[in-house]
Amino acid sequence: MSAAVESFTPPARPGPMRWLKKNLFSSWLNTLLTIASVAFIVVAGLALGRWILVVADWSPVVENLRLYAVGPYPAEQMWRVWVIVAMVSFLAGVSGGRWGGIARTFALALAVAYGLLVILPISLEYLPLASRLRLAGNILTVGLGFLLGRRLAIKGYQLALAWAISFLLTLLLLGGMRNAALAPYLPLVESGRWGGLLLTFLLAIVGIVASFPIGVLLALGRQSSLPVVKALCVVFIETVRGVPLVTLLFMTSILLPLFLPPEVRIDRVLRAVLGMTLFAAAYMAENVRGGLQSIPSGQVEAAKAMGLNGWQTMLLIVLPQALRVVIPAIVGQFIALFMDTTLAVVVGLLELLAIGRAIINSNPQWLLLDKEVFGFIALVFWVFTFAMAYASRRVEAAVGLGKR
Amino acid sequence: MTTSSSSLPRFLTRKGVPLWRDVVVLQWVAQIISALLVLGFLWFFISNVLTAAEARGLGLGLNFLRSAAGFPIAESPVPYDPSRTFGYALWVGFLNTLKVSVVGIVLATLLGLAAALARLSSNWLVSNIAGAYINVIRNIPLLVQLVLWYFAVFQRLPAVHDALALPGPIYISQRGLYMVGPQPTGTFGVWLLFVAVGLMLGYALHRYLLSYQVRTGHNRYPLLVGLLAAAGVALLGWFAVGAAPLQLTTPVLGRFNFEGGVRLTPEFAALLVGLVVYTGAFIAEVMRAGIQAVQKGQVEAAKSLGLNPFQTLRLVVLPLALRVIIPPLISQYLNLTKNSSLAIVIGYADLFFVGRTIINQAGYAVPVFLLIMAIYLALSLLTSAVLNLYNRRVQLVER
Repeated sequence: MSAAVESFTPPARPGPMRWLKKNLFSSWLNTLLTIASVAFIVVAGLALGRWILVVADWSPVVENLRLYAVGPYPAEQMWRVWVIVAMVSFLAGVSGGRWGGIARTFALALAVAYGLLVILPISLEYLPLASRLRLAGNILTVGLGFLLGRRLAIKGYQLALAWAISFLLTLLLLGGMRNAALAPYLPLVESGRWGGLLLTFLLAIVGIVASFPIGVLLALGRQSSLPVVKALCVVFIETVRGVPLVTLLFMTSILLPLFLPPEVRIDRVLRAVLGMTLFAAAYMAENVRGGLQSIPSGQVEAAKAMGLNGWQTMLLIVLPQALRVVIPAIVGQFIALFMDTTLAVVVGLLELLAIGRAIINSNPQWLLLDKEVFGFIALVFWVFTFAMAYASRRVEAAVGLGKR
Repeated sequence: MTTSSSSLPRFLTRKGVPLWRDVVVLQWVAQIISALLVLGFLWFFISNVLTAAEARGLGLGLNFLRSAAGFPIAESPVPYDPSRTFGYALWVGFLNTLKVSVVGIVLATLLGLAAALARLSSNWLVSNIAGAYINVIRNIPLLVQLVLWYFAVFQRLPAVHDALALPGPIYISQRGLYMVGPQPTGTFGVWLLFVAVGLMLGYALHRYLLSYQVRTGHNRYPLLVGLLAAAGVALLGWFAVGAAPLQLTTPVLGRFNFEGGVRLTPEFAALLVGLVVYTGAFIAEVMRAGIQAVQKGQVEAAKSLGLNPFQTLRLVVLPLALRVIIPPLISQYLNLTKNSSLAIVIGYADLFFVGRTIINQAGYAVPVFLLIMAIYLALSLLTSAVLNLYNRRVQLVER
């Protein structure tokens, strides 16, 4: 026994040969699998590479970058979109400087993305110099925000407030003014002209933000000791979760006008957002309920022993802990909602997928290029969702949930 | 406190507490108010619909289900023509939804299992290829994938006369996939009865022999005997019904299209492939988590008891893993069924598509929608009921 202990030496760091032997060639079956995998990768990689570089005709993608980004938003009003981009860049920079960690990664990723777009190797005809300069300016904006965020003693809640205000400002800027006095400066842009990635993001963000309070209320209602309230919440949650999102979208887009007095007209985008929000709220409620159930009852009892009343217990003790636990689930839900925005295509909104179809149909020469267009859209979605999934894993690690 | 409440008139207090501080009273008030609010909203909606119905001649009842549909449906598992009723058209749509869901669930489970095993493989390359599949597919919206499959793959297949011929024979062209397959004949229904009886008999035998083995310790091969009994009855039925209940049909290229054979339309194929590939990635993650949840000690204990690898898998690993796997797996099945409603984008005639067609052609938006939502809801409630039953059972087994 003691001899064995004395002769024990820590295993040497596996060299590359050893690693190969262990992971790829440990048995004849494994070797066979490795050879098959290599063959598959080579064949598939070559075919894909050849298609991307030689066969594919990327003109419907390259020539319509603006459509993918903002849809049919009026060209002469594009400055509003640029203002929004600058605002987000600045706030992302400040947040990165103030909060560090994942916010810094986000700011950095944003700057890198701008940089890549600036040097995108396509003709100046399709991505003009002015746009490239603006994008380069946004890199500086991120940097400036970052420096300010590190220097200024800005408080967390102030920054959160700034994000909230910027969100409202975004909606205001995009939509414009009905008011006659202000209309010359900020004319109305009908929501029918919002589109592309902009609309995709807008739908997802509005959906998740609006669904949050509703979802929390529903979760609390479902946990409630009041039978009527509980029953109402359960019926709502289970009904919405039990039907496909498409039916809900149709419900709010086509049926809702019938359920309202004829003089009430709700904007088409808003109706789709409503459907998304109801859908997201039911799932949010289930996420939050998971968080609520994870709070030990000792917390509630302790709060009561301290003399807090029901509301105080809920708002000061239970909810803050519960919501912290469900942050990863909410991020996951946001990613899912972001992908689900594509369903808005079936109720006629011009989000990214619909734009793709419109582009293919706009030019007879592009009719056979669906692989390129939809492949590009798939790539765009993949980049964003993969980045968000990565970020959510980082947040999870930062909040320290994995360790509990 | 007591002084202030005792100074109140009697009817404003209960047991000496003012009513607005009495928890029981407050709770009742809250419930009544919320119920009234919801009822008020419902009343508002319903009265608006009724007004609109009167003003615009909107059909609200279900009587329309009995009138003739008047539109064709591209594919149907049961005989259909436009003279059939709206109700029957919806039934066809429901069957189509069921068809793509059931086939999709089976294939997605197989694909998910394969991907999960590959992901857990000790071979670094195999594991990473499976990981790439899972991570790429799960991060692209299903609708984008469906559109890619349909428009970029199945619509770009060669024309009928240049169809790809695979051994089988299987012919793949723009018109869909034609292959050799069984075609039910007139005696198929009777034969199905035999199969059902056989399955029940086999199951009963299996149960009996298993309990016999538990009681006495003598192994009478319950699984094998049960399967053989079921197969025997089915075989007996095959010859007992007279004409063979299933006939093999082979596709032959005719003048304009293939004739005979089993056909998968491009819409069905695209929807099926899209759903299977997408759901398979999620199922792979579910299964991987379940298999990894089985502790190493369980396997070692099984080995030390003398179980062989197959017995270890069947009697120890699988039951433990399944307990973790089944609930999320069933919710994936449900997702697949609900996601099949995206068929509307590529024009597969599922329940939602047929409902949409009825609304476009004839109106009746409100009842059709409520009916469709009720059907989907019934499916998912049924699923969660089954799930709850299962959960209760495994919980009982646990302790």
